[in-house]
Parts: sequence; C-alpha cells; structure tokens
Amino acid sequence: MSKVANIQDYRSSQDDPGSRKYGTFSYLPQMDAGRMRKQIEHMIAKGWNPAIEHVEPAHSADNYWYMWKLPMFGEKDIERILAEVEECSKAWPNHLVRLIGYDNYSQSQGASMVIHRPGA
Amino acid sequence: MSGKNYSAGVKDYRETYWEPDYPVKDTDLLACFKVVPQDGVDPEEAAAAVAAESSTGTWTTVWTDLLTDLEYYKGRAYRIEPVPGQEGAYFAFVAYPLDLFEEGSVVNVITSIAGNVFGFKAVRSLRLEDIRFPIAYVTTCGGPPHGIQVERDIMDKYGRAMLGCTIKPKLGLSAKNYGRAVYECLRGGLDFTKDDENVNSQPFMRWRQRFDFVAEAVHKATAETGEKKGHYLNVTAGTVEEMYKRAEYAKSLDMPIIMHDYLTAGFTANTSLANWCRDNGMLLHIHRALHAVMDRNPDHGIHFRVLAKMLRLSGGDHLHSGTVVGKLEGDREATLGWIDLMREKFVPENRARGIFFDQDWGHMPGLFPVASGGIHVWHMPALVAIFGDDAVFQFGGGTLGHPWGNAAGAAANRVALEACTEARNAGRDVEREGKEILTAAAKHSPELAAAMETWKEIKFEFDTVDKLAAN
Repeated sequence: MSKVANIQDYRSSQDDPGSRKYGTFSYLPQMDAGRMRKQIEHMIAKGWNPAIEHVEPAHSADNYWYMWKLPMFGEKDIERILAEVEECSKAWPNHLVRLIGYDNYSQSQGASMVIHRPGA
Repeated sequence: MSGKNYSAGVKDYRETYWEPDYPVKDTDLLACFKVVPQDGVDPEEAAAAVAAESSTGTWTTVWTDLLTDLEYYKGRAYRIEPVPGQEGAYFAFVAYPLDLFEEGSVVNVITSIAGNVFGFKAVRSLRLEDIRFPIAYVTTCGGPPHGIQVERDIMDKYGRAMLGCTIKPKLGLSAKNYGRAVYECLRGGLDFTKDDENVNSQPFMRWRQRFDFVAEAVHKATAETGEKKGHYLNVTAGTVEEMYKRAEYAKSLDMPIIMHDYLTAGFTANTSLANWCRDNGMLLHIHRALHAVMDRNPDHGIHFRVLAKMLRLSGGDHLHSGTVVGKLEGDREATLGWIDLMREKFVPENRARGIFFDQDWGHMPGLFPVASGGIHVWHMPALVAIFGDDAVFQFGGGTLGHPWGNAAGAAANRVALEACTEARNAGRDVEREGKEILTAAAKHSPELAAAMETWKEIKFEFDTVDKLAAN
C-alpha cells in the first residue's frame, strides 16, 4: 500500500504571492516587538548601523529598496529605532519593511531582516 | 664568490643549512615540517637536509655552486622543537628567501617545498604543517575571484550562513531527473545546490544537458521564491580548454556559480579558472577531492591548513572545510584554525589551533568555508556555533532524505538555520539549548518536525585520526 497519504505536500507556486520569501528570518513567523528588540540589541552590541528600507512586495527581489530617511549612524537607543520602524510601516502599510545592520568594517550588511510583511 | 675553492665530495647538510641564529626576514617564506629522522640521523642534520633539498642543495657539492651566491639563495633550518607527546619527532622551521619562488605561482612554491624532499631517505616521514606566506608574496597572487563580501552582495544573503545540498545519487541520474532534484531543493529554501565531485560529463548525463536542465530549475525556483539561487555547476574536466568551454556555457545560461576540484585538476588549472571567474563575474566553488590522501596521515604529507592557504592564494570563493560534527574527519580546534585562514585578514600564531605562524593576508578577500558531509538538522545548532555566519552548510542526505521530499527537507533546514541564528543573536547558547530552540521552531514548521523525527538517532562519534600535538 502506498504511504503517500502520510506525506504532506509542499505548497509553493509562482502564482501565489505568499510563496515569496525575503531573506533571513522569512521562514520564521513574522517578528513581534519582543523578538525584534533582541535582534536590534544584537546589532547595537556588534556596533552596526541600523537602517530601514521598504518596497512593493512585487519588487522584493530588487537589490535597491526605498530608503527610509538615512541609516541611523551611531544610534544606540532601541526605542528610537523601533519608533522609526513603526513610523515607516505606518507610512507604507502595503510595503515590505526591512531592518538592516550596516557593518562598515566588513563593508557589508551584518544583518538584514524583513520585519513587516503586509497582510501577515 | 671569490675566496672559495671547489672541493668535490659530500658534506654534512648542517654545515651549510642549519643556522639557529638566523634572523628571519619579513620577506622570507617560512615553513614548518614535522620530521621523523631515520635512526642515527640527529634532528639538526635532518632539518638541515630538508632545508637543503627543498631549496638550493643536492646530495653532493657541484662546481657550479661557486657561480652564484648560495648564501643568498639557500633555505635555512633555523629552529627545531620536539613534537609534544611524540618521541623521535621534531618540528623543523625553515626560512626560504622570496627570490626562490615565481610570483603568483603556488605551483612553484609547492613544487619546491613539497617536492623531492618528501621521498628523501634521511627522513622516515615528513609532513608540511604550515607555511607563512610573506605579504610580499601574497600580493602577487590573484586570490578569491570575489570573496565573502562580494558574494553576499551578488547573492543578496546577509546575516546568516548559506545553505546548500549535494544532489544524490551522485552518479546515474538523467539530466532531466537531476534538474528536478535541484529545483525541489531550491524552491524549498536552499540557496545553493551542488554537483557531486564525481559528476563531470559521463555517458548517463552529459554536461550540456545537465547545465540546461539545472538552469531552468534555478531560474524557476528564483521566480517562485523571490530569492537568488545557484547551483555549483562542476566544470572540472580532462583539459582546461574543456573547462573554459563549460564555464562559458554556464555564463550564457546566466548561472551565478561554477565548481572546480582544485587538487585533482591541479593548482595551475585552478588559478586559470579563478582568473576566468574574476573576469566573468562568476562565483567559484572549490571541492577538495584528494585532500585526505595528503593530509590525513599525522606524520607524512601536507596538512590541510597549507592546502587551504594555497587555495586562497590560487583562487576560490568557497572551499570545503570539514564539519567537525558530521561523518568526515575533523578536530574542532584544528578546523577553527583553518577556517580562520580562509576568512580572516590576519591570523596570529596559535599552537592550540595548529597555527605555527602569523599570516597576514593584506587586502586579499576571504572565502566561505563549506561544511558538508553527513550533517542534518540536529547538527544545526553546533554548526551555527562553530562556523558563525560566513559559511555554507551543505546537507545532502539531510535534505534529500526527508520523508516528504527535497522541498520539505530544504525548508526544514532553512527554518532550523534561521531559528538557531535568531537565538544566537538573542544571546542564547545555541549548542546547549539546541534541542529547545529546534523544538520551538518545529511548532511552526511541520517540515522541521518531520526532519527531527527522521534523524533523531543518527550520530557520528568516532575519534579523529589526526590530532593536534598535545601542548
């Protein structure tokens, strides 16, 4: 007898926008404020510069998203950073919003995570 | 040199090649050998013999020695240390003047230093433990075609390790079925899939059809997930001309990465291919078939840290490093030593990790170590703790062996990686709390729950054969 009944189908397709992923942590449930706070603490402890970007979900694969203001160079106040995330998400409710930690020593992004998914 | 007379005959090597007072120069290439001399050969003579035979010396005096300045060109044994815990074995340190080596040619370096001397009768066994490449030499080499930071930008992956999978069975699939396996892995959440090293262009699957079907798999998974994907297309072939042909075709299919076996194909082929990759914006994954033949015997051969340094100079963006935790050999501290040598700008001497010299890489980019071989989701906490983010974790059986198939296996690995990465960033001890972290993540991922159930009993707990000398 076939055991296929015990196998769960992997649901993903090109016509389903819900199948799109957005990099690190997009396979986990959307971040709440508590989880986000810990990730921001980590960024600050590493000395990285927080930055916020947003984009239409259809263009999530683009390298360049819209910058929200400028990167928050040297910002160490978690509340300040969370407030900017909140403000950006309110201003662009239908956009994906991501938080980046720029690591200027490696000239790369030490962290990058989508923290607001419209409809999620 | 005037004032010297030619006198035929055989001299002790130590008269010319043992110089314990020699002040090492910043431009010298330094090597550390583990030497086990034959009975009756004292360590100074053995070390001097190694220095001689790997540089200017031969077994007898020749008149043409007097036509040059051997004092300038010779290698010198300058230090000997007993190997801790191993009677009759010595670490011999040799300094070579930079002029002995052609610029930009690791081939020339290794031909000299690991050439005839390894068959030399005065030593019972000989192992090249480490080389200090002076920065003056490093800057003559091309190095990784892109390096870690550029690859992250090209692949758009930040803040975590990357995930791969070697497609299995390693031999026998048709190109179309092979592409199916690739597609399923990538749509499930892996960043890369990989050709097995044995896969070149055999009768059951010629390279062109493999490239065609894999390219469709990569493009389709990219469109479906919105994330950048790649497959290491193995271009290793019988001739370099053939490798270029395959590499060009991969480029024409808009593929981001190709693959090469640097030891079996050779350093010359590798350096040429790395140059091609740099010129063509193609990432280069390097496999290391043959390495265990050279590096596993603790008394004879070439240590992997040397082979890793040579690959960084020759060029590659990824290099297999061992996993510490999987099915293949690898001591944890020694592995940490050579992954530092792949990634860092400067690696200080650290005997606890088997590093005998400071190594300054200057501006040369670092490359991603690749942990591959017998790993599955239960290893993820340890992999994140050991390797950090600048690494690729490759789960072959640990993806393809998932009871629901490759896509579910891939998703399980991706969820496990992200959960461990998030937990580490949040300050948790992921190795100690691994089980709780994975169990919590599995509540939102039935794929991970099924993977954890499948592999809960598998362990690989054999002792390593090659241990670091006890200090």
